[in-house]
Amino acid sequence: MTPPDTGQSMEIQTKRGIAGDIRTPLRHESAHKHVAGTAIYVDDIATPENSLVVLIAQSPHAHARITAMDLSAVAAAPGIVRVMSAADIPGKNDCAPVYGDDPVFADTEVNYVGQAVFAVAAETMAAARAAIGLAKIGYEELPAIITIEAAIQAGSFLGPPATMACGDPDEAIATAPRTLSGSIDIGGQEHFYLEGQAALAFPGEDGDILVHSSTQHPSEIQHKIADVLGTGNHSVTVETRRMGGGFGGKESQGSLPAITAALATHLTGRPAKTVYDRDDDFMITGKRHDFRINYQIGFDDEGRIHGAVFDQAMRCGMSWDLSEAIAARAMCHADNAYHIPHMRVVSHRCRTHTQSNTAFRGFGGPQGMLGVERAIDEVAHHLGLDPLVVRRRNFYPHRSAPAAQHGITQYGQTVADCIIQDIVDEIESTADYTRRRAEIEAFNSANDLVKRGIALTPVKFGISFNTQFLNQAGALVHVYSDGSVQLNHGGTEMGQGLNTKVAQIVANEFQIDINTVRITATTTGKVPNTSATAASSGTDLNGMAAQAAARTIRLRIRDFLAAQHDLPTDAVRFFAGHVHLGKTSISFAEAVRAAYLGRVSLSSTGFYATPKIHWDKERGQGRPFFYYAYGAAVSEVAIDMLTGENRVLRADIIHDAGKSLNPAIDIGQIEGGFVQGAGWLTTEELVWDDAGRLRTHAPSTYKIPACADRPAMFNVALFGNGENLEDTIHKSKAVGEPPLMLAISVLMALSHALTAVGSADYPALDAPATPERLLLTAMRLGADHG
Amino acid sequence: MRDYVTFILNNEVQTLSGFAGDTTLLAWLRRTRRLTGSKEGCGEGDCGACTVVLARPDADGRIVWRPVNACILFMGMLEGASVTTIEALSDGAGGLHPCQQVMVDYHASQCGFCTPGFVMSLFAAWCNGDGLEATAIDDTLAGNLCRCTGYRPIVDAGLSLVGSDLPAFELARRQTEAELMAEIAHDETVRLSDEGAARKVAFVAPASAKDFTEFYAHNPDATIVSGATDVGLWVTKQQRHLPVMLWTGRVAGFKETVEIDDHLRIGPAVTHQQAMSDLAARWLDFGEVMRRFGSLQVRSSGTICGNIANGSPIGDLAPMLIALSTEVELTAGIKMRRLPLEAFFRDYGVQDRQTGEFVSAILLPLAPAKHFRCYKISKRFDQDISAVMGAFKITVADNVIISARLAFGGMAATPKRATHAEVALQGAPFTESSFRAAAAHVADDFTPISDMRASAAYRLQVARNLVVKYGLDLTGAGSVRLAGRSGLSLTGVRGM
Repeated sequence: MTPPDTGQSMEIQTKRGIAGDIRTPLRHESAHKHVAGTAIYVDDIATPENSLVVLIAQSPHAHARITAMDLSAVAAAPGIVRVMSAADIPGKNDCAPVYGDDPVFADTEVNYVGQAVFAVAAETMAAARAAIGLAKIGYEELPAIITIEAAIQAGSFLGPPATMACGDPDEAIATAPRTLSGSIDIGGQEHFYLEGQAALAFPGEDGDILVHSSTQHPSEIQHKIADVLGTGNHSVTVETRRMGGGFGGKESQGSLPAITAALATHLTGRPAKTVYDRDDDFMITGKRHDFRINYQIGFDDEGRIHGAVFDQAMRCGMSWDLSEAIAARAMCHADNAYHIPHMRVVSHRCRTHTQSNTAFRGFGGPQGMLGVERAIDEVAHHLGLDPLVVRRRNFYPHRSAPAAQHGITQYGQTVADCIIQDIVDEIESTADYTRRRAEIEAFNSANDLVKRGIALTPVKFGISFNTQFLNQAGALVHVYSDGSVQLNHGGTEMGQGLNTKVAQIVANEFQIDINTVRITATTTGKVPNTSATAASSGTDLNGMAAQAAARTIRLRIRDFLAAQHDLPTDAVRFFAGHVHLGKTSISFAEAVRAAYLGRVSLSSTGFYATPKIHWDKERGQGRPFFYYAYGAAVSEVAIDMLTGENRVLRADIIHDAGKSLNPAIDIGQIEGGFVQGAGWLTTEELVWDDAGRLRTHAPSTYKIPACADRPAMFNVALFGNGENLEDTIHKSKAVGEPPLMLAISVLMALSHALTAVGSADYPALDAPATPERLLLTAMRLGADHG
Repeated sequence: MRDYVTFILNNEVQTLSGFAGDTTLLAWLRRTRRLTGSKEGCGEGDCGACTVVLARPDADGRIVWRPVNACILFMGMLEGASVTTIEALSDGAGGLHPCQQVMVDYHASQCGFCTPGFVMSLFAAWCNGDGLEATAIDDTLAGNLCRCTGYRPIVDAGLSLVGSDLPAFELARRQTEAELMAEIAHDETVRLSDEGAARKVAFVAPASAKDFTEFYAHNPDATIVSGATDVGLWVTKQQRHLPVMLWTGRVAGFKETVEIDDHLRIGPAVTHQQAMSDLAARWLDFGEVMRRFGSLQVRSSGTICGNIANGSPIGDLAPMLIALSTEVELTAGIKMRRLPLEAFFRDYGVQDRQTGEFVSAILLPLAPAKHFRCYKISKRFDQDISAVMGAFKITVADNVIISARLAFGGMAATPKRATHAEVALQGAPFTESSFRAAAAHVADDFTPISDMRASAAYRLQVARNLVVKYGLDLTGAGSVRLAGRSGLSLTGVRGM
């Protein structure tokens, strides 16, 4: 076996052009450090001897009134330097990203098991752990609402229901030849980034604070710390070199550790670090929302959907966090790739006494999409059709169709770039879907002990933040007089290869080898007012901003050299490490040197704001997405019908990354996203007890996919003809989130396997499809071997 | 008697004393030595981000490199060993080790946090020349979690190492390692303590069985530590204060597995990994469950006797050992007694272990076990704790079932036999229908609980079904194994 051509030998000059150009499979910029253990994460940063560790004391109750709080014994315990509670906050007691409803420390009431009540800054973690148990806190327990069902019964919601609609769904369903209704429960998901939440604060002059934070959103951390400390944003600098995984879990949830570290530093004048232990991370932080989706579908004998209503109830937890935007994205993906002319989506944001659920790769999209995929699967079962046939009959019209025929979504956006037909046709063939499905059905009819299943599911995912103002980014590029380039942008590196891609973009813009571009830690001191690295938009936004910054400098150099050499500007061309000046050429470094001596500014910011998008939040209408990313997957599974144990035997994927900036990184996102999605829908089960305590709070009880859980056969390819119709960075498409939803094919394949039990009833398989859920569902369908 | 520990870290001899006996290797590496390449992902030995490689000579003097979780390994357990961390792999001139280079070449790191652990797991297998083949690599990597890549590129990177050349710097490193280990070897008892600390923790590593039993007889409150795969969590997760820890791992003879009087006798410090081949060679299914038991890291540290002594109701070993009529041997001073393993487990967390007694061996009868089968049911196939574990053995003569032992884990407060179902099988014809009939009696034997791993209803149903499955397996009516390393294994099932 030979390694793929990685192009990562940065020293090797490519035959033409530059090393590490766009569209090459350049290796991750930190790969050589990852494998050597020299990549620095927050907890690895060397700290002075007088540094403190911060430990958060958590609420033991899901819902209770705080009647008394005596922390004197905690403060007196050995090794405790400072106790911090709500009373010690000089500014605002809040760490919420949007609505100001997440206290840093509970003040009068606790609203989930795990909520921060107070914290200690201590000499050692052992001292901190020993001390927090000495607190004397009086609680008066109040009734707690834990589940979606309980919230609905109690009418416990965050705000009124939100609605998004097109056409007249009630009429369409009422007049459709056939109707069905159903429901699916979809479990949540813990991020399980391998690096827990972490922040380290250093004191500066005049009360300034520098915080190293493992966060996707340095600007928000900066702003929240300033609010808590009652100071200006300018007093706080937040820096993020890299995260050990984020997946959305470090978008808003990084605030609490960063604030507690900063507060400790503020109160003691000493460096302070908050690093969540794995169990604490599980208990404190929010997760992917679990959903219950009820659906009502009107359709005809061919399986064409005339009208649909989706009722989405989601468990938000004790506060809003980002749930409003997550709900919007779930509603915006209730159609997936299907044009349903009459449709209504209603979202119920359930308020419960549990962790405040938050962003997680897909941001509601996966749950919304799973609702319609389940409905289509049930329609196909009802009609006795291959679900792929029904899927095809409902796809949005292809982009090649006349514009007037393009479908309009339930939120009013025209789907003008649809290529799902091309991808599905291709994967149906490369995965040999039709033959395999027939073979599997023959197998199933001859076997009771094991049932196999296969499913092909599409993905259409909208790219851009649903919240319009977030679609902006900045970058800062310095060219030094030796021709080397330092690059900074507002995005954060969490493993997704953003820094690698942005460096490639800048190298391409200057036409210089990638090893002359050094990317530096994200810091609010260099690029301010940034958006979270989220919504798959990292490269789209920051790549454009970095390109703009580099281009500004390049054009300055060009104009200077044109004037100096008395050439028209178009005669000055940057190519392959050189600047061509008419018939002569000089090296890029020489050109830079000349510009420097000519007193040309070699530093520039760059800025980008996504064009064309607009969104009316109240009406749920507009064009929230700049474009859509597409993909499709075929998964094959087997179920042991006596135990419910199951395996993904094979998965085939074709995914659209537009014109890929880095095919190796994009393939990595697709494979990783698929396996993470498969975990969400199969083995990853969050269990709270009746008292609201999360019982699965460590890898011993919460099971993310392990090595052997990857599909035994795994064929992944980029869509060969991918190209973004919109003017995105080098015509690429975002790839962070969409592939996760390819794993819906696994759940649908399991559903297909269960249909082989032979019941007239639809399997109605909920997620996660653990062995238990599969066995009990099979028994409900009449399978009985015991 | 020594009051210091001597080991090798990255080919430098370390001599340490005067520290708390419950200091973990990871804490020492990261905080004291500021070697931060090894990461903490969970602090309980489940994620592998802290994997380092521990080398020791085995009984034949051959050096074995074992991947271990540094987060739950106590410093005293390093006595005489050589520890290699991610920092020491490069060639010394800034070049990457082959195990690192392939991870780069195959795009096998994304966020990079789990990566040092994966590299060390690959490194251990590469040093041993075993475990990187397509049939073995999933087992090699089962103890390392990655949340980014989906594993495919890591596996490809590992596979590409098979048959790769040994670079000169690596040969030199190994030679130095072997020399240093020979240099520091000794046969004294080691006793570490942090005199003067407010919360003292002593770690005692006797060198002989006599020292061990005497010490324990005089200090019956000491906590016996074998692999620390459980006791380590008492410290890292429960912050328990264990004033005196007594380690089995250094005692001469405690690491022996011997055949004696028609029994296989497994000593108190025999690790799972060490025992695995002995067990798998005699009982195929035992080996299959062991392969999925913990992870290579956990099996490399944890011991068979330690697992039994802790009496977990959901441990995988106990049901298998009970089905095989295993006896447990308990020693206190010069007194020794044996009892059937199922009698050892009295109630939840309560074992028949008197003050001063320790589990000095388990004894497996070597009688033929043709009809021995094991079934481990968990949410995830690898490195998960069972929801239900079934281990069954029958004897058959003239197509009649003569005897039956049906042992279950996860069904009661202790590992327990399904006596009603056993009675139903005894004397019944050796046919599939006998097993179906017996399965119905499982409900008479157990009232399982619901917890985060499974509901009571599922446990009961799947326990019944496992008896049916057992019958299908034995009678040739059809066998389904999804968890086999080769993936789907179906025999007697039509069409595959």
